[in-house]
Amino acid sequence: MKIFREKAKEICTKSQYGEATWWELLQLNLFLFLWKECAEFSAKNTKLTSLCEQANLHVISEEEKKAMKEQLKDC
Amino acid sequence: MPTHELQPENWVDRYADYLFNYAIARVSDSELAKDLVQETFIAGLKSAKNYKGDAAERTWLIAILKRKVIDHYRKINSKKGKAEVRINYSTDEGDGDWLEERVADPFGKGGDHVIENEELGLAIQECIAKLPKKQAKVFNMKTIQGMSTEDICNELGINPSNLWVMIHRARTALMGCMNETWF
Repeated sequence: MKIFREKAKEICTKSQYGEATWWELLQLNLFLFLWKECAEFSAKNTKLTSLCEQANLHVISEEEKKAMKEQLKDC
Repeated sequence: MPTHELQPENWVDRYADYLFNYAIARVSDSELAKDLVQETFIAGLKSAKNYKGDAAERTWLIAILKRKVIDHYRKINSKKGKAEVRINYSTDEGDGDWLEERVADPFGKGGDHVIENEELGLAIQECIAKLPKKQAKVFNMKTIQGMSTEDICNELGINPSNLWVMIHRARTALMGCMNETWF
Protein backbone atom coordinates (compact mmCIF):
# COMPACT_ATOMS: atom_id res chain seq x y z
CA MET A 1 0.00 0.00 0.00
CA LYS A 2 2.85 2.36 0.88
CA ILE A 3 4.37 1.81 -2.56
CA PHE A 4 1.08 2.85 -4.19
CA ARG A 5 0.92 6.00 -2.10
CA GLU A 6 4.48 6.96 -2.98
CA LYS A 7 3.70 6.30 -6.63
CA ALA A 8 0.61 8.52 -6.35
CA LYS A 9 2.70 11.33 -4.88
CA GLU A 10 5.23 11.02 -7.68
CA ILE A 11 2.47 11.23 -10.28
CA CYS A 12 1.12 14.24 -8.42
CA THR A 13 4.52 15.94 -8.74
CA LYS A 14 4.70 15.05 -12.42
CA SER A 15 1.26 16.55 -12.98
CA GLN A 16 2.48 19.87 -11.49
CA TYR A 17 4.68 20.17 -14.58
CA GLY A 18 1.91 19.03 -16.93
CA GLU A 19 3.85 15.89 -17.78
CA ALA A 20 1.65 13.14 -16.37
CA THR A 21 0.11 10.86 -18.99
CA TRP A 22 -3.68 10.39 -19.14
CA TRP A 23 -3.26 6.95 -17.58
CA GLU A 24 -1.23 8.41 -14.71
CA LEU A 25 -3.82 11.16 -14.23
CA LEU A 26 -6.53 8.54 -14.07
CA GLN A 27 -4.59 6.67 -11.38
CA LEU A 28 -3.95 9.91 -9.53
CA ASN A 29 -7.63 10.81 -9.44
CA LEU A 30 -8.40 7.40 -8.05
CA PHE A 31 -5.74 7.83 -5.35
CA LEU A 32 -7.07 11.30 -4.51
CA PHE A 33 -10.53 9.87 -4.13
CA LEU A 34 -9.39 7.00 -1.94
CA TRP A 35 -6.73 8.54 0.31
CA LYS A 36 -7.05 11.72 2.28
CA GLU A 37 -3.26 11.87 2.78
CA CYS A 38 -2.75 11.90 -0.97
CA ALA A 39 -5.27 14.73 -1.40
CA GLU A 40 -3.50 16.77 1.28
CA PHE A 41 -0.15 16.19 -0.40
CA SER A 42 -1.61 17.20 -3.73
CA ALA A 43 -2.99 20.45 -2.29
CA LYS A 44 0.40 21.30 -0.78
CA ASN A 45 2.17 20.42 -4.02
CA THR A 46 -0.13 22.77 -5.95
CA LYS A 47 0.50 25.49 -3.37
CA LEU A 48 4.27 25.03 -3.79
CA THR A 49 3.91 25.48 -7.55
CA SER A 50 1.98 28.69 -7.03
CA LEU A 51 4.53 29.99 -4.47
CA CYS A 52 7.39 29.32 -6.89
CA GLU A 53 5.56 31.24 -9.63
CA GLN A 54 4.70 34.09 -7.28
CA ALA A 55 8.31 34.40 -6.11
CA ASN A 56 9.60 34.89 -9.66
CA LEU A 57 12.79 32.98 -8.86
CA HIS A 58 16.05 33.42 -10.71
CA VAL A 59 19.03 31.10 -10.84
CA ILE A 60 22.54 31.34 -12.18
CA SER A 61 23.15 28.60 -14.74
CA GLU A 62 25.46 25.70 -13.92
CA GLU A 63 27.96 26.85 -16.56
CA GLU A 64 28.11 30.31 -15.07
CA LYS A 65 28.54 28.86 -11.59
CA LYS A 66 31.41 26.76 -12.87
CA ALA A 67 33.03 29.87 -14.34
CA MET A 68 32.53 31.69 -11.02
CA LYS A 69 34.24 28.87 -9.13
CA GLU A 70 37.18 28.94 -11.55
CA GLN A 71 37.56 32.67 -11.14
CA LEU A 72 37.45 32.36 -7.35
CA LYS A 73 40.15 29.70 -7.43
CA ASP A 74 42.43 32.18 -9.17
CA CYS A 75 41.95 34.82 -6.45
CA MET B 1 34.22 32.85 20.82
CA PRO B 2 33.38 32.68 17.08
CA THR B 3 30.37 30.51 16.33
CA HIS B 4 30.64 30.48 12.52
CA GLU B 5 33.46 29.90 10.10
CA LEU B 6 33.93 30.66 6.42
CA GLN B 7 33.91 27.91 3.82
CA PRO B 8 34.67 29.76 0.57
CA GLU B 9 34.86 26.51 -1.40
CA ASN B 10 31.08 26.11 -0.88
CA TRP B 11 30.02 29.71 -1.46
CA VAL B 12 28.94 29.35 -5.10
CA ASP B 13 26.87 26.21 -4.49
CA ARG B 14 25.30 27.44 -1.29
CA TYR B 15 24.78 31.15 -1.77
CA ALA B 16 25.11 32.20 -5.43
CA ASP B 17 21.39 31.87 -6.22
CA TYR B 18 20.33 33.43 -2.93
CA LEU B 19 22.61 36.45 -3.45
CA PHE B 20 21.57 36.64 -7.11
CA ASN B 21 17.87 36.94 -6.18
CA TYR B 22 18.74 39.55 -3.56
CA ALA B 23 20.75 41.56 -6.08
CA ILE B 24 18.31 41.29 -8.96
CA ALA B 25 15.52 42.74 -6.77
CA ARG B 26 17.69 45.81 -6.27
CA VAL B 27 19.29 46.41 -9.65
CA SER B 28 16.70 44.83 -12.01
CA ASP B 29 19.43 43.69 -14.37
CA SER B 30 20.38 40.04 -14.55
CA GLU B 31 23.93 40.48 -15.93
CA LEU B 32 24.75 43.24 -13.49
CA ALA B 33 23.35 41.17 -10.62
CA LYS B 34 25.63 38.26 -11.59
CA ASP B 35 28.65 40.58 -11.67
CA LEU B 36 27.75 41.94 -8.24
CA VAL B 37 27.49 38.41 -6.84
CA GLN B 38 30.90 37.52 -8.24
CA GLU B 39 32.40 40.75 -6.90
CA THR B 40 30.89 39.94 -3.51
CA PHE B 41 32.60 36.54 -3.43
CA ILE B 42 35.92 38.08 -4.45
CA ALA B 43 35.62 40.83 -1.84
CA GLY B 44 34.66 38.16 0.72
CA LEU B 45 37.81 36.19 -0.04
CA LYS B 46 39.96 39.30 0.23
CA SER B 47 38.50 40.33 3.57
CA ALA B 48 38.12 36.83 5.02
CA LYS B 49 40.70 37.65 7.69
CA ASN B 50 38.33 40.31 9.06
CA TYR B 51 35.51 37.81 9.56
CA LYS B 52 34.99 37.37 13.28
CA GLY B 53 32.48 34.54 13.11
CA ASP B 54 29.74 36.46 14.96
CA ALA B 55 27.38 36.53 11.98
CA ALA B 56 26.41 33.58 9.81
CA GLU B 57 28.41 33.25 6.59
CA ARG B 58 25.41 34.19 4.42
CA THR B 59 24.57 37.25 6.52
CA TRP B 60 28.16 38.41 6.17
CA LEU B 61 28.09 37.93 2.39
CA ILE B 62 24.77 39.81 2.14
CA ALA B 63 26.34 42.73 4.02
CA ILE B 64 29.15 42.82 1.43
CA LEU B 65 26.65 42.60 -1.43
CA LYS B 66 24.66 45.54 0.02
CA ARG B 67 27.83 47.67 -0.12
CA LYS B 68 28.42 46.54 -3.71
CA VAL B 69 24.89 47.61 -4.70
CA ILE B 70 25.36 50.98 -3.00
CA ASP B 71 28.73 51.44 -4.75
CA HIS B 72 27.03 50.63 -8.06
CA TYR B 73 24.38 53.33 -7.59
CA ARG B 74 26.96 55.86 -6.43
CA LYS B 75 29.08 55.10 -9.49
CA ILE B 76 26.26 55.51 -12.02
CA ASN B 77 25.08 58.68 -10.33
CA SER B 78 28.51 60.25 -10.52
CA LYS B 79 29.05 59.00 -14.10
CA LYS B 80 25.88 60.62 -15.32
CA GLY B 81 26.78 63.83 -13.52
CA LYS B 82 23.67 63.62 -11.43
CA ALA B 83 25.19 65.55 -8.59
CA GLU B 84 21.79 66.97 -7.84
CA VAL B 85 20.43 63.58 -6.82
CA ARG B 86 19.89 63.79 -3.09
CA ILE B 87 21.84 60.92 -1.68
CA ASN B 88 21.65 62.23 1.86
CA TYR B 89 18.57 64.03 3.07
CA SER B 90 17.31 65.87 6.05
CA THR B 91 13.67 66.26 7.07
CA ASP B 92 11.73 67.20 10.18
CA GLU B 93 11.67 63.52 11.04
CA GLY B 94 15.44 63.22 10.90
CA ASP B 95 18.38 62.65 8.59
CA GLY B 96 18.97 59.73 6.34
CA ASP B 97 20.92 58.21 3.51
CA TRP B 98 18.74 57.66 0.47
CA LEU B 99 20.93 54.93 -1.01
CA GLU B 100 21.26 52.98 2.22
CA GLU B 101 17.51 52.95 2.60
CA ARG B 102 16.88 52.12 -1.02
CA VAL B 103 19.17 49.11 -0.87
CA ALA B 104 17.59 47.91 2.37
CA ASP B 105 14.07 48.37 0.98
CA PRO B 106 14.17 48.79 -2.81
CA PHE B 107 10.40 48.98 -3.21
CA GLY B 108 9.56 51.82 -0.85
CA LYS B 109 6.46 52.13 1.21
CA GLY B 110 3.34 50.63 -0.31
CA GLY B 111 5.19 47.85 -2.07
CA ASP B 112 4.18 45.28 0.52
CA HIS B 113 3.30 42.56 -1.96
CA VAL B 114 6.62 43.03 -3.78
CA ILE B 115 8.51 42.79 -0.50
CA GLU B 116 6.54 39.70 0.41
CA ASN B 117 7.40 38.13 -2.95
CA GLU B 118 11.07 38.92 -2.40
CA GLU B 119 10.94 37.39 1.09
CA LEU B 120 9.19 34.38 -0.38
CA GLY B 121 11.85 34.04 -3.08
CA LEU B 122 14.66 34.20 -0.54
CA ALA B 123 12.85 31.71 1.72
CA ILE B 124 12.53 29.26 -1.18
CA GLN B 125 16.20 29.76 -2.10
CA GLU B 126 17.18 29.13 1.52
CA CYS B 127 15.27 25.84 1.47
CA ILE B 128 16.69 24.84 -1.93
CA ALA B 129 20.19 25.39 -0.52
CA LYS B 130 19.46 22.74 2.12
CA LEU B 131 18.64 20.07 -0.49
CA PRO B 132 21.21 17.50 -1.62
CA LYS B 133 23.23 19.08 -4.43
CA LYS B 134 21.88 16.97 -7.28
CA GLN B 135 18.25 17.33 -6.17
CA ALA B 136 18.68 21.10 -5.99
CA LYS B 137 20.23 21.14 -9.46
CA VAL B 138 17.41 19.10 -11.01
CA PHE B 139 14.73 21.15 -9.23
CA ASN B 140 16.27 24.42 -10.44
CA MET B 141 16.61 23.19 -14.02
CA LYS B 142 13.04 21.92 -14.19
CA THR B 143 11.13 24.42 -12.07
CA ILE B 144 13.02 27.69 -12.34
CA GLN B 145 14.76 27.41 -15.69
CA GLY B 146 11.82 25.52 -17.21
CA MET B 147 14.04 23.06 -19.09
CA SER B 148 12.48 20.04 -20.79
CA THR B 149 12.74 16.63 -19.16
CA GLU B 150 14.69 15.35 -22.15
CA ASP B 151 17.29 18.14 -22.01
CA ILE B 152 17.86 17.70 -18.28
CA CYS B 153 18.22 13.93 -18.66
CA ASN B 154 20.72 14.39 -21.48
CA GLU B 155 22.72 16.98 -19.59
CA LEU B 156 22.88 15.05 -16.33
CA GLY B 157 23.01 11.54 -17.79
CA ILE B 158 19.93 10.32 -15.91
CA ASN B 159 16.68 8.72 -17.07
CA PRO B 160 13.22 10.30 -16.70
CA SER B 161 12.30 8.00 -13.80
CA ASN B 162 15.36 9.15 -11.84
CA LEU B 163 14.48 12.75 -12.66
CA TRP B 164 10.92 12.49 -11.35
CA VAL B 165 12.04 10.71 -8.19
CA MET B 166 14.56 13.49 -7.52
CA ILE B 167 12.06 16.26 -8.22
CA HIS B 168 9.48 14.55 -6.06
CA ARG B 169 11.95 14.25 -3.17
CA ALA B 170 13.05 17.85 -3.62
CA ARG B 171 9.48 19.13 -3.58
CA THR B 172 8.58 17.04 -0.54
CA ALA B 173 11.60 18.44 1.32
CA LEU B 174 10.72 22.00 0.24
CA MET B 175 7.15 21.62 1.47
CA GLY B 176 8.53 20.48 4.83
CA CYS B 177 11.06 23.29 4.98
CA MET B 178 8.55 26.02 4.13
CA ASN B 179 5.65 24.49 5.98
CA GLU B 180 5.44 26.69 9.05
CA THR B 181 5.57 30.07 7.39
CA TRP B 182 4.16 29.73 3.92
CA PHE B 183 1.64 26.88 3.90
